[in-house]
Amino acid sequence: MAPAAAELGRRLRERDVSAAPAVLNLVERRTPAGREDVAALLHEVSPAVLGGEAPGDVVGVTGPPGAGKSSLLGELVAAWRRAGRTVAVLAVDPTSRRSGGALLGDRARIPSEPGDRGVFIRSTAAGERLGGLAPATRAAAQALAAAFDVVVIETVGVGQSETEVADVADTVVVVVQPGSGDVLQFLKAGIMEIPDVLVVTKADLGVVAQRARRDLLAAVRALGSEAEVVMVSSVAPAQGFDELVAALGRRREQLDLRSRRTHARRRAALADFVAEHGDRGLRALGGRRAAEKWLDEQEPGLDVPALERRLEQRALEAS
Amino acid sequence: MATRLPEPDRPWMMRTYAGHSTAKRSNELYRGNLAKGQTGLSIAFDLPTQTGYDADHELAKGEVGKVGVPIAHRGDMGFLLHDIPLDVMNTSMTINATAAWLLALYIVVAEEQGVDSKALQGTTQNDILKEYLSRGTYAFPPGPSMRLIADMIAYTVQHVPKWNPINICSYHLQEAGATPVQEIAYAMSNAIAVLDAVRERVDQDLMGRVFARISFFVNAGVRFVEEHAKLRAMSALWDGIGRERYGVEDAKQRRFRYGVQVNSLGLTEAQPENNVQRIVLEALAVTLGRSARARAIQLPAWNEALGLPRPWDQQWSLRIQQVLAYETDVLEYPDIFEGSKVMDGLVAELIEGARAEMAVVEEHGGAVEAVPYMKAALVDSHRERVRRIEEGELVVVGINKYTETEPSPLTADAEGGILVVDPEVEAEQVGDLRGWREARDQQAVDAALAELARVARAEHENIMPPTIAAARAGATTGEWARALRDVFGSYRAPTGVGEAMAAGEDDRLEELRDEVDRVSEALGRRLKILVGKPGLDGHSNGAEQIAVRARDAGMDVVYEGIRLTPSQIAASALQEGVHVVGLSILSGSHRSLIPEVLRALREEGADVPVVVGGIIPEADVAPLREAGVAAVYTPKDFDLNRIIRDIVELVAERNGVAAASA
Repeated sequence: MAPAAAELGRRLRERDVSAAPAVLNLVERRTPAGREDVAALLHEVSPAVLGGEAPGDVVGVTGPPGAGKSSLLGELVAAWRRAGRTVAVLAVDPTSRRSGGALLGDRARIPSEPGDRGVFIRSTAAGERLGGLAPATRAAAQALAAAFDVVVIETVGVGQSETEVADVADTVVVVVQPGSGDVLQFLKAGIMEIPDVLVVTKADLGVVAQRARRDLLAAVRALGSEAEVVMVSSVAPAQGFDELVAALGRRREQLDLRSRRTHARRRAALADFVAEHGDRGLRALGGRRAAEKWLDEQEPGLDVPALERRLEQRALEAS
Repeated sequence: MATRLPEPDRPWMMRTYAGHSTAKRSNELYRGNLAKGQTGLSIAFDLPTQTGYDADHELAKGEVGKVGVPIAHRGDMGFLLHDIPLDVMNTSMTINATAAWLLALYIVVAEEQGVDSKALQGTTQNDILKEYLSRGTYAFPPGPSMRLIADMIAYTVQHVPKWNPINICSYHLQEAGATPVQEIAYAMSNAIAVLDAVRERVDQDLMGRVFARISFFVNAGVRFVEEHAKLRAMSALWDGIGRERYGVEDAKQRRFRYGVQVNSLGLTEAQPENNVQRIVLEALAVTLGRSARARAIQLPAWNEALGLPRPWDQQWSLRIQQVLAYETDVLEYPDIFEGSKVMDGLVAELIEGARAEMAVVEEHGGAVEAVPYMKAALVDSHRERVRRIEEGELVVVGINKYTETEPSPLTADAEGGILVVDPEVEAEQVGDLRGWREARDQQAVDAALAELARVARAEHENIMPPTIAAARAGATTGEWARALRDVFGSYRAPTGVGEAMAAGEDDRLEELRDEVDRVSEALGRRLKILVGKPGLDGHSNGAEQIAVRARDAGMDVVYEGIRLTPSQIAASALQEGVHVVGLSILSGSHRSLIPEVLRALREEGADVPVVVGGIIPEADVAPLREAGVAAVYTPKDFDLNRIIRDIVELVAERNGVAAASA
């Protein structure tokens, strides 16, 4: 129902964080009527209506299972809260291929004071796209960035998933467990995009963690990147989180937010288009690269549903 | 070899796990039990005491005096042990995270009785790893917890030499679904982790004495022949570990010493009188063979699956022990299994399996590091057990076979044959606690707690002396634990459900998945459930099994583990946008906690149906339904698929989704 979507959009613009549960319930609905609602909502928080980009930082956090992402998030959220910033966490968990169900854990590992309205946590299943972003997550991140100071997207995996996160987030953190070489190999081989910040967890492991940090730093410099490498430890007393927050702040300052967000909206529109129209639709656009190029020529401020409508129009004309 | 012993053996120590309401009322119960021929004490503490909270803490609400006695300070401990001579009594305390504190209170009360700590005999359970794996009453992270245990062992070996500072518990592993091989392997791995930690904190020449003070607390299920073999296997493995890993030369110091509480997992709510024969058979597992006989036994009561046992129920279980020890001839013979090829074969099989599993734990970096692995393995084993019962492969009389029954006269009274704790107990305890705090020397308490915090930060000092000093000064359980939480940080154990294996092909599950898909399509997004455990109860088997089954049926499941406040559960339900909330409580605190959760949900504006599972006495079902609970499930509802199907129907109905066309 569009009026409800408009009302939610208004609350988000007024930075009313209590709108978050209803926003998520809305963007998760995959019915045709639901899609219209999402379009209406995203329009309400589009640059055109907001008069600029949504103010919140969108931070992607990803890494292999067992690397210590949830402990890290817990400390990070606490650090942001201490600084008085409101935080929304969108945690994406894999879905079982066999049953279609998912166990969404870990929200309890992100400590929040009872009654603290400044933290919102929503766990979502990745749905049919194993390891990838839940279909609703992009829309949710865009909407919540209007109301929250920080929106975190947490995904599991290494290789493809942080590429998808990079298409949505302003800054990307990849979490690395010392002693496991996946991230280093994937970086060197160009399988994964270079994130903004690499975090080596379990700094309490000492020498092993130091070595991991040195190797990662050498690799990113060899690739000509300015990415930062930070070491943290979640074991009490937690260490390194103020540095991590500072590193994220620096990367965000260096960022051309408008072009990053524009890029994110274009990628989101294409992803939604492909989810809806599949490979056939993509062929009608002349393939992925051609579609991306064409999107790059559209006006920067357009919201995702508007871009998607244009893609659909173009595909229709081509066929 | 002689067929008979020249003299019959002395009976094992007989105990009853007991305590509830208040220290004074529990003291009356203990003295009554001792008068009936019980030979040792076994103290059950309430959940706030076990997890380090005072009765006036938010998390203590509804739990005070429920599953045990609340002990907040030396005054409470004094009432609890009033007129019980501590120089001759042998006391077992089921206490883990806060074991150092409760032992300190015991030592201080003994001082007040004029008894030197060198004379004290008994056991503190003090096994934290199994709390992470199964029982849930942990307070601190693994590293500091292992240090507290090592400190207690180092201290007691010198100053309370007749005390068993730790009882490595395989008991709770079986309750969580462990197979015999897992039970043996994880208990032994756990003991190794403890001994390795102690080795760093005592002189090497004390290790023999340390090894000799480690005792075990085991379980015995109804498959009593295999269970007996399990105990023989544990004896052999323990002897080898002492000799090979710790270089203990004295064979006496390597002896496998254990106490036992027989199985509660297999006790049924349906036809509860059958539990009596189960308990008797299980007791045989730990008494028949002389070379692996228990040192101390406590038997559960026939009505444990219904609620809290009354003194009469506990007396019945004590009498079972007395008949076994004094009327039968079990104590008159040497080991009756010696030379049995079958028994030797079973033992060899179990040892081989346990060694392989211990190697896997070792590969994970030892028992502390392997907690997530072991937890997931236990959840899987338990799921397999539930599946076998559902499909009738594992026969449970009265549950999946021979279910026809006459009405039971045992449960015919108004309370349904159980003990109901007076709800006024909580207010009484809170009042007493505030009085205590007002009357004591606050400056002395503050100084003692500051010293405790300093030692906690100083890794190489022993925590026991400042703990005993704080007990003398009049500090409370909650204050002691908070001082340590401030230094050590708090902790949430892994839930094990995220790693649980996906279910295989299964026709009944396929039908359920179709229905979940159909309802999810109609809802516009996937059916989502929050499984929550309010309060301090750590018995999470039921919640874990429901969470895993709901996922296998195709739902999105939010499960956050144990120990959540009603407001946390309500906030999660709202933020997660779930369609239904399932709550599990086994501690008897449902009467106050469930309505609290319902109220918190209403306050958050989360209008979702709530279902409840756990040990819920029949008499409490109607009041819960009236308070707004949509459905109540108890241990007799063993068919998880049916419960899940009910939940799907409930969500469909509340959201105006048409019923499935039949």
